[in-house]
Amino acid sequence: MTSKRFDLLLILPLAIFTLAFLILPLARLAVEAGSGPGGLANFVAILTEARFRNSLFVTLILAVVTTVATLTVATIAAQTLANRKFLGRGLLLSLLTFPLAFPGVVVGFMIILFGGRLGLVGGVTKSLFGTNVIFAYSLFGLFLGYLYFSVPRVLLTILAAAEKLDPSLVEAARSLGAGPFAIQRDVVLPALFPAMYTAGALCFATAMGAFGTAFTLATNIDVVPMLIYTEFTLATNASMAAAISIALGLITWVTLAIARSHAMRGEGV
Amino acid sequence: MHRRWTSLAGIVVTALLTLFLVIPVLLSVYAGLTVSYARGMSAGFTLDWVRQVWELYSETVWRSLAVALLTLMLTLLIGVPGAYALVRRGGRFARVVEEIVTLPVAVPGLALALALILSYGNLGIFRQSTLFVVVGHVLFTLPFMMRAVIAVLETIDWRTLDEGAASLGAPAWRRFIDVILPNVRPGVVAGALTVLTLSIGEFNLTWMLHTPMTKTLPVGLADAYASMRLEIASAYTLVFLIMIIPLLIGIQLVAGLTEKRMTS
Repeated sequence: MTSKRFDLLLILPLAIFTLAFLILPLARLAVEAGSGPGGLANFVAILTEARFRNSLFVTLILAVVTTVATLTVATIAAQTLANRKFLGRGLLLSLLTFPLAFPGVVVGFMIILFGGRLGLVGGVTKSLFGTNVIFAYSLFGLFLGYLYFSVPRVLLTILAAAEKLDPSLVEAARSLGAGPFAIQRDVVLPALFPAMYTAGALCFATAMGAFGTAFTLATNIDVVPMLIYTEFTLATNASMAAAISIALGLITWVTLAIARSHAMRGEGV
Repeated sequence: MHRRWTSLAGIVVTALLTLFLVIPVLLSVYAGLTVSYARGMSAGFTLDWVRQVWELYSETVWRSLAVALLTLMLTLLIGVPGAYALVRRGGRFARVVEEIVTLPVAVPGLALALALILSYGNLGIFRQSTLFVVVGHVLFTLPFMMRAVIAVLETIDWRTLDEGAASLGAPAWRRFIDVILPNVRPGVVAGALTVLTLSIGEFNLTWMLHTPMTKTLPVGLADAYASMRLEIASAYTLVFLIMIIPLLIGIQLVAGLTEKRMTS
């Protein structure tokens, strides 16, 4: 009897907090999105109005390209680092995962130091060729920023999977005469696939919702989160901002849900 | 032959990746300590920029620490009992609740902040207080605390522990405090370090939720990046790095300890 009441007591703070600050506000967001002069047409406007559609398109492309690039680089690095002992390995891993804790704004600043007006690359090219190459404020700079905050988490996930991969399988394939690409295709990548899938989905979802990096770089490319921000603060169009927020939230949530159910099925096999 | 060029290529890619991640951080530290970044090393080094940052922004540092600690307290009070309740209950209900609680990880911070502002923006005192920012941080960090605690609960035999204590006549709340809590401590510590790190670095939600009176460190950073000279922005970044590095080292140490305990 009292055990039942105790169970209730345990979950009560969580229930109150979640109800008051998550479920209620999200419901309010949905109501807001459907109200205003546009009504439910707000959702249609995301696709019909060129400004919103272009923004969604650019953000999707950026997120996909970031995910593909991150997975490629992280998979190569993970295989290089897995099961290899060398001096300073722990330090190297710390350095590679350290940017995990950087907020998007700091990542943006890192890219400015790299390719901004006083950036490293510009300084080098100026002394070599006489031209100051600046790319931080372009789409490429934005992409590098996304790569910067994506690589550490993806690398951690894939590295964990790569360490579990039995090196003797690769040895065996090699002794049977398989080339490096065949080994990747037939042995390594199938083993790493579940980790790549989960990490890739998280990478895509994070890239879709990232705000700070674009904010610091202040490019003229409006990624969707920037669009929500300007729509809410500058255009004071709360219902449009709410509609775009819901659309964006659905995209990221569905991506992660699909990846998770896929990963669970993969574990079952 | 093949083997040699592929592992060489792997080492080159890994090295370039490391440089890409590390060089900007080093540049930032360097820029924050030089007299003039444009003039380079020859101009010499100084702590003046750090001092200026402290004069301009020390308030944001203290506020970020306060927000992080309050956030931690609330995630402990809400998350630890909640995690235990979900594991005890189990089944479909627990899965659905965990899915809902984890939504803030999947839904972009900007959308959550907008939802909070639309719901509570009219409550002037709450909206203008630091507590409003704290609520956003709790929303975002709670799933990490709960996941860490649930992960540990799933590896220990909490049912036997609980029943054992019950057979000795301990009431339910005593069993939770004296038996379960000490056993989930590794999860709580790991969760707590993650919560502090995430809270100190949180920007997406905070940027929408803050008011001029409730600026946190990352909000101040965004401000400095937009309007201050490079040296000050760098020195401010340096202050941020100094704050999170101990936490990150802590996370690695805890992870190392748990790994050792698992294997031994």
